[in-house]
Amino acid sequence: MIPGEFDYYSPTTLDEALSLLQEHGDDAKILAGGQSLIPAMRYRLAVPEVLIDINNLTELEYVREDNGHLTIGAMTRESDLEESTLVKEKYHLLADTAEVIADPLVRNMATVGGNLAHSDPANDHPATMLAYNAKIIALGPAGTRVIPIDDFFTGLFENALEENEILTQIRLPRPGPNSGGAYIKVERKVGDYAISAIAVQLTMDGDTCTAARIGLTNLSPTPMRAKNAEQALIGQVITPDVLEAAGQAAAAECNPSADLRGSVDYKRDLTRVLTKRALTKAIERAKGA
Amino acid sequence: MTEITVNVNGKSYTREIEPRMLLVHFIRDVLGLTGTNIGCETSVCGACTILMDGQAVKSCTQLAVQADGSDVTTIEGLASNGDLHPVQEGFWEKHGLQCGYCTPGMIMSGVDLLKNNPNPTEDEIRHGIEGNLCRCTGYHNIVKAIQYAAEKMQGGN
Repeated sequence: MIPGEFDYYSPTTLDEALSLLQEHGDDAKILAGGQSLIPAMRYRLAVPEVLIDINNLTELEYVREDNGHLTIGAMTRESDLEESTLVKEKYHLLADTAEVIADPLVRNMATVGGNLAHSDPANDHPATMLAYNAKIIALGPAGTRVIPIDDFFTGLFENALEENEILTQIRLPRPGPNSGGAYIKVERKVGDYAISAIAVQLTMDGDTCTAARIGLTNLSPTPMRAKNAEQALIGQVITPDVLEAAGQAAAAECNPSADLRGSVDYKRDLTRVLTKRALTKAIERAKGA
Repeated sequence: MTEITVNVNGKSYTREIEPRMLLVHFIRDVLGLTGTNIGCETSVCGACTILMDGQAVKSCTQLAVQADGSDVTTIEGLASNGDLHPVQEGFWEKHGLQCGYCTPGMIMSGVDLLKNNPNPTEDEIRHGIEGNLCRCTGYHNIVKAIQYAAEKMQGGN
């Protein structure tokens, strides 16, 4: 239960971190909050030869609004997201998510960028960022690259980042008027991965849903949107039947695997129920906004 | 080997360590401060909770090199001049422990919780200690212990 040997670097500037990454390429791993990577190294599931610790890059710790976007520095701790008044007031889906990630001690270290760069479909931010239609900002030797979230996740623990790129920022469009969001997660106990969790961000025009994006947590090998469920909502006057149809669509299109947390049938049915609950909460917020 | 300097419980220590050494092993094996326990080793149970620069974190999921230049407080650093910290006193008064294994971590979480929220509700305490598991399931008295400390620290009693 002790990590394998590695060379350790602790750069104090992004430029320095980037040049270390160029030098060591795929032998290197970036250490952000470490709350997934260090356990993985202890189990020897990850055995990097070089560890580039970016915890000194405090320039990557911020949450602010500019140009109609919420921008989150990659090294922002989950606890800072949780305590952000801006997030609590305007980004309900993100606020819901931040307070159910792991546990308070883990959230003191864990980072938003790390959660996404790890690209574990059981992590909570992938679904949230899919629902927000976020953009991932990556810095590489050629400069900055903007990756739409729909193109970011490419497989289990895999994403569109190049070996020589660092995820530096996450950008969310500010929800317009009559928009609302919600994240609902069921877990066996705090700190465990979700059995199922649903991220919803939608816009209403009276009782009609005009836009909706739904992200699913731990229900597929690659973080996914419930696109059929979205289509069941968009343009519809929201009734209990429409919510049920969306729930059933999400249950059908997700791709969970059976494990200690439950059978496939159980997870699908839970997904149906949670989708309806998350939609109901998001609609209430959209109407209250 | 890498040289680090860490201030632990008000005393500065400079040591040569391997970068792969975990902070909890540095605290226990290098400094000999065995009050911090090792439980699950996978950032689940919270037995190894310490304060790093004032924030409660799990020391089994930190590298010792990451603590270079930091202030660390362990359970040994809470009492001052022989007087228990109010949270320690609360655990004593309210029987907040049975086997005692989770206790150092639980107390460190309680200290962090009360620093951020000096007058928590019972519900806030229960959520605040979600990262610490008590295998004896003695949560009821642990909550009372933290409530005792909150009152005491606000000048009650």
